Amino acid sequence: MIHPTPPGTRDILPDEMRELRALQSALRSVFEEHRYGEVATPTIEYAEVLRRGDESYANAAYRFFDERGDLLAMRSDMTIPIARLVATRLQSEEPPFRLSYVARAYRAVNPQRGQMREFTQAGIELIGAPAPDGTAEVVAVLCAALDAAGLNRAIVGLGDADLYRQLLAEFGVQEQARERILTRLAEHDLVGLELAVGEVEGLDAEAHATLLALPGMRGDAEVIDRAIELGGPPVERATQRLRATYEALFARGVSERIRLDLGLLRDLGYYTGAILEVYDPALGHIVGGGGRYDRLLERFGRDLPAAGFALYLERLHVAQAEEERQMKEERE
Amino acid sequence: MTPRVVEATRVRESGSLKLALPRGALWGETLDALDRTGLDTAGLRGSSRSLVFSTDALTLVTMRPSDIPTYVEAGAADVGITGKDVLLEQSDRIVYEILDLAYGACRMVLAGREGDPSLGETERRLGGMRIATKYPRVAERYFEETGRQAEVIEVKGSVELAPLVGLADGIVDLVATGRTLEENGLEVREEIATSTARLVANRVSHKLRADEVDDLVERLRPEGG
Repeated sequence: MIHPTPPGTRDILPDEMRELRALQSALRSVFEEHRYGEVATPTIEYAEVLRRGDESYANAAYRFFDERGDLLAMRSDMTIPIARLVATRLQSEEPPFRLSYVARAYRAVNPQRGQMREFTQAGIELIGAPAPDGTAEVVAVLCAALDAAGLNRAIVGLGDADLYRQLLAEFGVQEQARERILTRLAEHDLVGLELAVGEVEGLDAEAHATLLALPGMRGDAEVIDRAIELGGPPVERATQRLRATYEALFARGVSERIRLDLGLLRDLGYYTGAILEVYDPALGHIVGGGGRYDRLLERFGRDLPAAGFALYLERLHVAQAEEERQMKEERE
Repeated sequence: MTPRVVEATRVRESGSLKLALPRGALWGETLDALDRTGLDTAGLRGSSRSLVFSTDALTLVTMRPSDIPTYVEAGAADVGITGKDVLLEQSDRIVYEILDLAYGACRMVLAGREGDPSLGETERRLGGMRIATKYPRVAERYFEETGRQAEVIEVKGSVELAPLVGLADGIVDLVATGRTLEENGLEVREEIATSTARLVANRVSHKLRADEVDDLVERLRPEGG
């Protein structure tokens, strides 16, 4: 008789678990070294709490009623529960708060595509430290974590959640057209973006060329200069914050893994400033992500700037195994 | 010297950029497009059954167009060429759609039997129409958006057969010239979308191999586009 587990979930046996534990403890050491104390929160939250953090319940996969008829949800990340925790349990304490976690989360993704509905995230939240220095500290911890995991070739993509929206506003694109263009960008549909930008009336040739070129501009620090050369003062204003972030990272000596990406967007609604995505050549999916969410804590009644990142533990493990295999191959 | 395409058996893990090519309707024009980038594709045009080919700069892997988003999303191929129709049907896959290659133009249409009003008639009298298609998600989305009810039946082979034998009242399918429809006594009733070949990229490759991907985009960019 076969007793299956629900789609997107799986069992872990001792050999794999031993390696996952080693990886977790390497990450925990990094978090502790940087004075990020570990917290745990309930796996289930009131659905209302998740919705307060993100309109779409942050892609929560499982929602159900308890015996009192209250709607509950399995958490889909740790950022929203930690925002709740800071606003309630730590309300009489002084920021900044440095918190870390290694915890399971649940999302409504399609299994069979290298994505699981139940997965483990390891990450930190730095709450009460504004940009750009707070962001630089988060990236410093992220880079240390990637070092500890042995992902020497991993790259951190750095963008800004509002950059393209602000640029559209600078060029006087109307609300409706703006949303249409941003949707295309969020879907990574650059062909559709070109069409949508082409439909905007009253754009001059320079603005048009800038809007088409910008989402594809990624690389080292000089991409901002190239973008400004192309689009002039509007681009200069829209990229100001990204430049400040990059300069803070550079000053802290953690810009080595950074690739600027002017077209980067993240899929959760609470990001406000700098956004991060982690890539490793050994894996076709992102290994982690994060950024700033300066308006999230305020939704829980405590107005504090915040930033953080989360790494997907199981994907990190796959990338780590692949890195080891390739290193062995190169030695032979 | 023009780089030549030769058969290969093994795909190196790291190394040259992996490009997935669609066998089938887009095959010929895809090879023509590669020729224009300065590649000698004679090795691909033969009757070889090999699935993997290589040049100095590229590894070429060949597959069905509908498999391309799968390989590219997983990073098994860095970039790929496939039809917009495939991307519309698999719109939940996370790939960067980076270039309209302009060839392989066709239309996604709703078609019914010539001069036969039954498509509207069943909708009026029975509350919904039965539609056979290879693109169930595109069809369902279209009827939802236009506020109509339809029972979508997925078939794998010649869709034109379905209304002829009464499996369905109409079909949602891709037409290039419209000859197949005509020969089977069907006619276009509504146009749903237009499609051309597209270049797509893996989300991670788009970032980590930015220069190679951008270079390929520039070389494949259709003239005047």
